[in-house]
Amino acid sequence: MWVYEKKLQYPVRVSKCDPLMAKFLMEQYGGADGELAAALRYLNQRYSIPDKVIGLLTDIGTEEFAHLEMIATMIYKLTKDATPDQLRAAGLGDHYAAHDNALFYQNASGVPWTASYIQAKGDPIADLYEDIAAEEKARATYQWLIDLTDDVDLQDSLKFLREREIVHSLRFREAVEILKEKRDEKIYY
Amino acid sequence: MQKQLDEEYYRLLHELQAVDFVLVELNLYLDTHPWDTQAIQQFNHCSQNRRQLAQQFESMYGPLMNFGHSYSGAPWQWNDAPWPWQV
Repeated sequence: MWVYEKKLQYPVRVSKCDPLMAKFLMEQYGGADGELAAALRYLNQRYSIPDKVIGLLTDIGTEEFAHLEMIATMIYKLTKDATPDQLRAAGLGDHYAAHDNALFYQNASGVPWTASYIQAKGDPIADLYEDIAAEEKARATYQWLIDLTDDVDLQDSLKFLREREIVHSLRFREAVEILKEKRDEKIYY
Repeated sequence: MQKQLDEEYYRLLHELQAVDFVLVELNLYLDTHPWDTQAIQQFNHCSQNRRQLAQQFESMYGPLMNFGHSYSGAPWQWNDAPWPWQV
């Protein structure tokens, strides 16, 4: 069961209409290392992971949906006042033709999201290593996105998300250690 | 229908986001450090604090959560804007 809370995890403000930046941000919306991929990856892996780390996957997976909503808010705010001409100039003419101003789960190049971005191997260590890699890749993407804009309001929200990736990565690394301890215990008993 | 949002709305929302951030952080930390009783104490303390803050926010600006986790006035307030991406 999930319940919705009518607020963002962290404020999202933008200081200008910038459809080109919105296009870049789609990488974190429907891209391979984006928030949708992250949420679906963790919430799916948790059914076959040892009990000790189910809570962590549930909580981080849930937080990723809050991040997805923040990215959606950025894209929405950066494009809501854009004319078709402005969208076209930003390389979003084909997006406009298919979706108008609607959001869509695709990456910055317009490639739709696919489940092949994520894996559930049934092997807890393999899954957690994938999760650590995913967080590090997302952290890198947030850095490139911060570099791509001079909007300090937008940068502030992106920096928050970049820091969350670092914390998630750390927690997943600890989860690996917890499972290793458990695995080593089994050798003696 | 969009309510008129005053400075108090943003102040309270910000305060709630701040305490909720601490709670998310403590929650994830405790998921991998379940024996840290000091962190658990802090978690429970913040949890109580956030409950009061949320109650105050909701009494002024309507329900934060669906499915019975918040009360509603009449008419049904859940549909009322603003939604998170509109503020």
